[in-house]
Amino acid sequence: MTPLIEVRDLYYQYEDGTQALDGVNFTLNVGETVAVFGANGSGKTTFVLHLNGILRGQGHVRVCGIEVNKDTLVRVRSKVGVVFQDSDEQLFMPTVLEDVAFGPLNLGLPSDQAIATAKTALAQVGMEHALGKAPYHLSAGEKRRVALAGVLAMQPEILVLDEPTTFLDPPAQRNLVHLLESLSQAKLIVTHHTRFAAALATRAVFFEKGKLVADGPVDEIVQRFNWIYPALDAADLRYSAQRRF
Amino acid sequence: MHHVLMDQWSQGSSPLHARDPRAKILALLVFLIVLATTAPNAFSALVIDAAVLLAGILIAGLPPISLLMRAAVVLPFSLAFGLISWLAGDRLRALGLVEKSYLSTVAVLLVVGTTPLPLLLSGLEALGTPRLLALVAQFIYRYLFVVSEQAQHLRLAAACRQGRERQRRLGFRAAAGALAVLFARSYYRAEGIHRAMMARAFSGKFALFRRLQFRLSDGFFTLAVTAFLILVRIQ
Repeated sequence: MTPLIEVRDLYYQYEDGTQALDGVNFTLNVGETVAVFGANGSGKTTFVLHLNGILRGQGHVRVCGIEVNKDTLVRVRSKVGVVFQDSDEQLFMPTVLEDVAFGPLNLGLPSDQAIATAKTALAQVGMEHALGKAPYHLSAGEKRRVALAGVLAMQPEILVLDEPTTFLDPPAQRNLVHLLESLSQAKLIVTHHTRFAAALATRAVFFEKGKLVADGPVDEIVQRFNWIYPALDAADLRYSAQRRF
Repeated sequence: MHHVLMDQWSQGSSPLHARDPRAKILALLVFLIVLATTAPNAFSALVIDAAVLLAGILIAGLPPISLLMRAAVVLPFSLAFGLISWLAGDRLRALGLVEKSYLSTVAVLLVVGTTPLPLLLSGLEALGTPRLLALVAQFIYRYLFVVSEQAQHLRLAAACRQGRERQRRLGFRAAAGALAVLFARSYYRAEGIHRAMMARAFSGKFALFRRLQFRLSDGFFTLAVTAFLILVRIQ
């Protein structure tokens, strides 16, 4: 079976010379949920931005068998839905309904069909009551749901979530886990939150200085890199504080 | 936040909100031409023009005081130029500058406050404005608000760390530093928004949520406003 995402020898360098991706190879198969771990600046976000052609480096990225290039961007973007870390950047239209319908309209759906799709997506994330609201009036958890609806409305085959737990309180994080569990799409979750990842992911990959250095079960990766969240317990924090002052 | 308020206003359902954006743009254009060609001392005509705007505000259900206060943002500039004209001995021109700039701003705010921006820009495009210009206007609008939002966050952060006594002394220096940070932060924020738009297949043109429909009532509205304003002008 063709993998949903196939990345081969991907390199990317920022204008300032930073080598953000250094020969990354990765595969995502149908039905998989993969957690992406790594330190800040290790290349995780740069990597996921290649999956729908927002960034384009050297190497090959194939999505559902389609090579990502200038000519395939619209098709690729209908297959890969990216939910960004900061929902405020993703919600830019005046009302929730208009924002969720933004993607379907860009894919060429007539407005009545785009509205119907948007309403279905909002119902899927439990936000159908907020159709006419302005996005900036929503709570962080609600914004995240609406941002997810905006992506689901494009009916993607793959969901990419960049730090989905940022700004969310524990109940909102739990709700998000339930919501994501109910979605059938393959998922790629960039996160530091290992418990959140363990609740959803079947495997994990680890980025270090632009390289994908490990790929395996979530627990194994967490243990191997001592990647436990929260990083410090109360005793560690007290010890750190005593040393500093 | 100001932009939030304007967005909220434009989502209303009054008869003025329901008009096709092209009808409102044409009426605005006529209003601006009539106003520009009205003599500054033609007070009765100017009062009627102001009354037309006030009627529009009330019909649209917009808060008059809030809108009139927002329009006053133009006054420092027009008063400065008016003062120069006044000192140069051209009192009539000074008066005209202040009157006309203020009424023009109210008129523009009335149209912007009753028309969602995507519709307004589509209306402009349909009336022959180059698409690139409409797109630039769209992004200026969006990113101006990004900047203002960032400015509000910075101001709050600065206020939290500023003692009352030192405030005056350090205020200017802090403001200068904050300005540089503001632009850097706004740039990254705008980049994030643009990225999010691209990720949802944005191709450079805003797909319309509602299709533009110039109905008979829109034609009647444009004609009625135009006829009335011209009548006032030539009286």
